[in-house]
Amino acid sequence: MKMPRFSRKTLCIPYAVFLLFFVVIPMFVILFYAFTDREMHFSFMNFVRFFSDPTKLSTIVYSLVIALITTVVCILVAYPVAYILARSKMKKKFVILMLFVTPMWINFVLRVNAIRELFNWIGILGEANYFNTVFGMVYDFLPFMILPLYTTLQKIDVSLYEASADLGGNAFTAFTRITLPLSMPGIISGVTMVFLPSMTNYVVSDMLGNSKVTIIGKFIYEYFGTDWHMGSMVALVLLIVVFVSSLLSGGFKSEENVRGANL
Amino acid sequence: MSEHIIELQDVTKYYDDNLVIDHVSFYVKKGEFITFLGPSGCGKTTTLRMIAGFDLPTSGKILLNGQDISLLPPNKRPVNTVFQRYALFPHLNVFENIAFGLKCKRVVNTYRNAKGEEYTKKERLSKKEIAEKVKKALELVDLEGFEKRAVSTLSGGQQQRVAIARAIVNEPEILLLDEPLGALDLKMRKEMQLELKEMHRRLGITFIYVTHDQEEALTMSDTIVVMADGVVQQIGTPKGIYDEPANTFVADFIGESNIFNGTVVANRKVRFCGKTFDCVDDFGENELVDVVVRPEDFEICPPEQGIVHGKVISVVFKGIHYEITVQVGKFEVIVQSTQKREEGEEIGLKVDAENIHLMKPRYTTNVFDGVITKHNTVEFADGEFECDVTRLYPGSHLDEEEYLITAEGEKIDLTGVEVKVEVGLNDISISDDAEAGGTMGHIISIIYKGDHYRLIVRTDESEEDFVFATDDLWNENDYVSVIIPKDKIKLTLKHTEEKKR
Repeated sequence: MKMPRFSRKTLCIPYAVFLLFFVVIPMFVILFYAFTDREMHFSFMNFVRFFSDPTKLSTIVYSLVIALITTVVCILVAYPVAYILARSKMKKKFVILMLFVTPMWINFVLRVNAIRELFNWIGILGEANYFNTVFGMVYDFLPFMILPLYTTLQKIDVSLYEASADLGGNAFTAFTRITLPLSMPGIISGVTMVFLPSMTNYVVSDMLGNSKVTIIGKFIYEYFGTDWHMGSMVALVLLIVVFVSSLLSGGFKSEENVRGANL
Repeated sequence: MSEHIIELQDVTKYYDDNLVIDHVSFYVKKGEFITFLGPSGCGKTTTLRMIAGFDLPTSGKILLNGQDISLLPPNKRPVNTVFQRYALFPHLNVFENIAFGLKCKRVVNTYRNAKGEEYTKKERLSKKEIAEKVKKALELVDLEGFEKRAVSTLSGGQQQRVAIARAIVNEPEILLLDEPLGALDLKMRKEMQLELKEMHRRLGITFIYVTHDQEEALTMSDTIVVMADGVVQQIGTPKGIYDEPANTFVADFIGESNIFNGTVVANRKVRFCGKTFDCVDDFGENELVDVVVRPEDFEICPPEQGIVHGKVISVVFKGIHYEITVQVGKFEVIVQSTQKREEGEEIGLKVDAENIHLMKPRYTTNVFDGVITKHNTVEFADGEFECDVTRLYPGSHLDEEEYLITAEGEKIDLTGVEVKVEVGLNDISISDDAEAGGTMGHIISIIYKGDHYRLIVRTDESEEDFVFATDDLWNENDYVSVIIPKDKIKLTLKHTEEKKR
């Protein structure tokens, strides 16, 4: 009798099972619900209803705009910080890096609540809903932008800057032709980790937007309370939007220098 | 002045508190191939980086064609660098790497407007001009057709060539090369040495080259600057430095040498290896000198005809010659010869007077600044040593409470008194046992002197050096403790005013 050989492939089984039950099957379930009506008959009705409803379409656009602004603000705030930290010779710089990252360790609902209270105290809660939402998102997702940027910026060899200066390049040249292109993987990775969650994280938009800001995540949540078929359709549309934006940002390029971009 | 393209005037450089360049002055002639040679940490790379502008001198001046450029940023200097690990831009292909400098460049063009007035405009180079220059640079380094290749797909030697092309395409006045061949294997290195030399001849610009490889320096350079410990040891042509080393460091570092302790016994007569030799260097009678004889300068002859004679103890074939070790009395002498000799054979050795190089010994004694502690020991060089404090005052003695009583009966508390500590070259020994001596340090230099070794041990904290002779073989970088017998520590008072009780 031959013993079944234990191969390395065996180690994949737990994850394969997980993948099957929690990723692949749910996808088909969503696909199934999206294209059926309440009697479980195949139908394009949800599709038609979605794309003929201006509120739904405008929600998608709003979500995209909020996510886009959040991402841009995150880049603008995170890049200088990450750059300065990466280039500094300070021995204790990890302490500063930690200060930026520790908020991640505090419960996120608690943090958002704290900001809500702060806004309430200042008196802008309910006044500037979109601004408040973006502010909360930036506060929430900033560490996810700083970390990948810091990692890629730190990896840039100092001698490259010396070479740039040696060849007659000024500080601007060094930034545009060395720092920026070489930190692109970090930017892509950061964008992926900020842009996508900020389209769906309705806890922030609910609490800080005073329930006046509806983003696509909120939509899905609400539909799954009443109408699974429409909810699935919205989820499917979001999936496609995410997929397309990932393609555009180059997140699926299977090159080693964009490693970690598909988190 | 125009002959001197670069001139360093009394340049000193500190990194934090570490002195890396110590009052260095020299000049580089226009068009020459000059090499900074020295062991790692000698300051050669720092000197190059100051000329490139990556490091600024703490004090002193760097002149380029007579103009002070000490504080000019690197992008404003007409020099280009080939970096030690190439520093090619990984995200750019070969063409883009080489074109980097050209794209940064602005040239002043003169035009005539409609009224016939002349005016100038600063302009970028056109795409066509850049492409032509890159093509020429690639031809020069034998990489035609490599324009589109990603730098990561190139071999070490090819990357090296791209790095050189990237520098010379800008037509710099000076090309700086920081150990450019260090990462290549031996055969490739030899080829590149010749190619660089040829490139230097063709381009006609000044090359400043940094290496720790003495053979490389001798092969390529017009002028060599030998550095050690942030100080220039000798500047000269390869032949000049090889034939007339300025001190034992240079003699030991460049080529192989027999180094002996010698004494000048009469005018142009020096005694070493137990015999008296004729020499050509003038030194005062009875002066102690270091004697350097290159292994190939010994001539083998029958025992009775030699100035000295001895027994062959080892013969090693080195390709074009044999390296023969001869035991002459208690001295070991290394001789290179094309004739084969047998082990155990008795041979005589002769050497021409002009091949015996005498030099002033760098070290004659060890001097430190010390402080007497309350236990009547002396603190210096990061350690504490037992000593005889009564030597400070002739005729004095210690009472039962350990106070010093002078000959006149005066009672003196020596705690905290500053003294000059002197220790002879033969009075120091070292040990592996950390507890055995008064202080610890690393061996930073070992020079064989025929019958003994001359070692330098440097302490970690204050970087004080102990120089001494020993019969035992140690390894460089060994961490050892320094032992000095109590009676060998010579103390003298630094100030005549001392604390009295």
